[in-house]
Amino acid sequence: MTEETKAMEPILSVRDLKVSFTTPDGDVNAVKGIDLDVRPGETLAVVGESGSGKSQTMMGIMGLLAANGTVTGSATYRGQEMVGLDPKALNAIRGAKITMIFQEPMTSLDPLYPIGKQIAEVIVHHRGGTQKAARPRVLELLKLVGIPDPERRIDSYPHEMSGGQRQRIMIAMALANEPDILIADEPTTALDVTIQAQILKLLRDLQKRFDMAIVLITHDLGIVRHFAERVVVMRRGEVVEQGATGELFETPKADYTRMLIEAEPSGRKAAPPDNAPIILEGRNVVVDYRIDGGLLKKRASTFRAVDDVTISLHEGQTIGVVGESGSGKSTLGRALLRLIASEGAYRFGRTDISGLDRAGMRPLRRSMQLVFQDPYGSLSPRQTVGEIITEGLYVHEPQLSRAERDKRAIEALKEVGLDPAARNRYPHEFSGGQRQRIAIARAMILKPQAVVLDEPTSALDRSVQGQVIELLRDLQARYGLSYVFISHDLSVVRAMSDYVVVMKDGRIVEEGPTDAIFSAPRAAYTRTLIGAAYNIAP
Amino acid sequence: MLSFVLRRLASAVPTLFIVVTISFFLMRFAPGGPFNLERPLPPATMENLMRAYQLDQPLWRQYLTYMGNAVTGDFGPSYVYKDNSVAELIGKGLPYSMELGFYALLLALVGGVIVGTIAALRQNSLLDFSVMSVATIGVTVPNFVVGPVLTLIFAIMLSWLPAGGWGDGSLRFLILPMIALALPQLAVFARLTRGSMIEALRTDHIRTARAYGLPARSVVVVHAMRGAMLPIVSYLAPCAAALLTGSAVVETIFTIPGVGRYFVLGAINRDYTLVMGTVVLIAIFVIVFNLAVDILYGLLDPRVRHD
Repeated sequence: MTEETKAMEPILSVRDLKVSFTTPDGDVNAVKGIDLDVRPGETLAVVGESGSGKSQTMMGIMGLLAANGTVTGSATYRGQEMVGLDPKALNAIRGAKITMIFQEPMTSLDPLYPIGKQIAEVIVHHRGGTQKAARPRVLELLKLVGIPDPERRIDSYPHEMSGGQRQRIMIAMALANEPDILIADEPTTALDVTIQAQILKLLRDLQKRFDMAIVLITHDLGIVRHFAERVVVMRRGEVVEQGATGELFETPKADYTRMLIEAEPSGRKAAPPDNAPIILEGRNVVVDYRIDGGLLKKRASTFRAVDDVTISLHEGQTIGVVGESGSGKSTLGRALLRLIASEGAYRFGRTDISGLDRAGMRPLRRSMQLVFQDPYGSLSPRQTVGEIITEGLYVHEPQLSRAERDKRAIEALKEVGLDPAARNRYPHEFSGGQRQRIAIARAMILKPQAVVLDEPTSALDRSVQGQVIELLRDLQARYGLSYVFISHDLSVVRAMSDYVVVMKDGRIVEEGPTDAIFSAPRAAYTRTLIGAAYNIAP
Repeated sequence: MLSFVLRRLASAVPTLFIVVTISFFLMRFAPGGPFNLERPLPPATMENLMRAYQLDQPLWRQYLTYMGNAVTGDFGPSYVYKDNSVAELIGKGLPYSMELGFYALLLALVGGVIVGTIAALRQNSLLDFSVMSVATIGVTVPNFVVGPVLTLIFAIMLSWLPAGGWGDGSLRFLILPMIALALPQLAVFARLTRGSMIEALRTDHIRTARAYGLPARSVVVVHAMRGAMLPIVSYLAPCAAALLTGSAVVETIFTIPGVGRYFVLGAINRDYTLVMGTVVLIAIFVIVFNLAVDILYGLLDPRVRHD
């Protein structure tokens, strides 16, 4: 065997792998017999939407399924069968030869132990020795993954670090025993785009240095295009297509792959006419959060979440507010709707609403609605969909009879593309995209004029995201709505809005018409943001 | 840390003050008095007694007198156990109650955590169901049933253990009352442990530990157990306070000379000062144990560390 063919030999071969879960409603087949190979040193992307089985495939191989899950078939690592392997032998591979990092950097580390101890634990377990002896190696790893001041940070607890830093710690742990394969399960989904770019670059550098294979599980085709050599596309537990990245994007064979590629948000929104009147405005908005020192501590400090921001929404306009977590964009949205205490001058249409209290705002509320990011947490699980969407009518149109309310619910559900029968069911019976439609129906039933959309598509798959964007555009055109569209996802903002406001640390760093911002960003920060977003076609 | 403890102790003073004040007036507003016996006393005797114990004074003055004395540690004479002051009664009984309570607490905690952990690791198995059914029975069957049943079996039928009393204070005398006292709390600890262990085993960082090949023992003991202990530690404070200050039922069944019965007897007899003394005792225990638990919590969980 020549050196070259040996290098092409897969180090991990998966054959007819099946994963199923026993549930009270019968067995669920999450993975239905898939084949895939991982070759030394390559980056293999496993792509699919939620429920495609991409994560469960890896969990099955690694013996990490939930208690009701079973895996069958074969997964061989360098000739060693991993499916059905006894725990001791499996533990010798996991964490040493094959390691994993996960989507949730905030919760993947044990909150009760210093990070240095957790990395050392993995080294000691696989290589023997003591925690103390492993310390120099831990320091070296922390340096390697770019943790500043490792001598001090080695004794930090996870909660003392940011999400990006915690993901770096996970990577350090993953590298500790110089693995052959690193499985990265949505490693950057929970991170801001600039941090995402840093983490992906770090992974690529380390991959070269250690000559390890990376299996990248992701739903983000932008990342795949920039990062992976080969792609496996999964749908409903099956592999629909696999091949080299360039080829797959150029000439996708499966319809599903084509649909995924085309699901990237597209289209542009035209600006409203110049003389369109202002519908919602906040001038010199300032929001301070008080950080309490506790009952007996006197010193309370304040944190300025929004710092002197002026924003004017015209009729028919969509203003995209972009920024990373902590930039104050959501807080600004709530301040505009007068939902939180804030300073500044506000008006709605021609009405000055700066000094209005809760009761004073109430008649205006129906015209100013809010849709949240999390379609799971923002709908009460104990109310039917009909009760949820008509609740606002009790406040704003109390004279409506039960039959009239029901009629309005049917109209609202039809308008957002849901079966009217949905009103007798409960939120948990619906998918994420359907839930977001319910949340939109709840806002639309009141016939609002201005709607603040706070990351309405961030929790959704790309293809579903496209549908929700279509729906929002459609409603806007039909009713002349005005939107404040808050998002960290630049591609969605570009497709949705005609004006963009870029926020950082509570201030506006740049604003202007969408095309101008994207084609010729002036502020350095905007350029960084755009540069870090993989999914924006140049 | 020290300033945290001092701050907490300082905040205990108003708490105690409020507890004592409310109890004082509640007791006085309850109908009857310490000298209303089944056969009424002659009016002259009654008057003398009332004067001797200053119960003829206006209520606010009685309150001020009581508070003034209480601050100096004088909780007054018992109205019913006439030769003893409240402080003496409690001082005599407390060591018995505390010793018994300590063993019961230890049994409940260790037993409950072990049972709960086993149930959690074998979730939904026959073992889980049977252990947790027993635990449910432990909570629901009152100790005035458990006590006599234990006595019947182990003292009377089998003659293995004494039926009651303190004897020479050896373990033989303690076993039955300790079990009767511990059983309901053991069941609570078992249920708490099972629930929080199941939750802890589902967390992302447990998945991480498993993904890195750590052996099952260290996943459970090092990573899951420590997190799962937090709710148990929270419950430890009220539980310890309750067990260490004695149980009226268990102490009566097993004729143990502790302080547990004073609270009930005092209340029934309208023995104002004795009830007040017991209330203060329990309040102090609750406050001290809550503080101890908060400190322990900080040691277990770096996220709530007080500095």
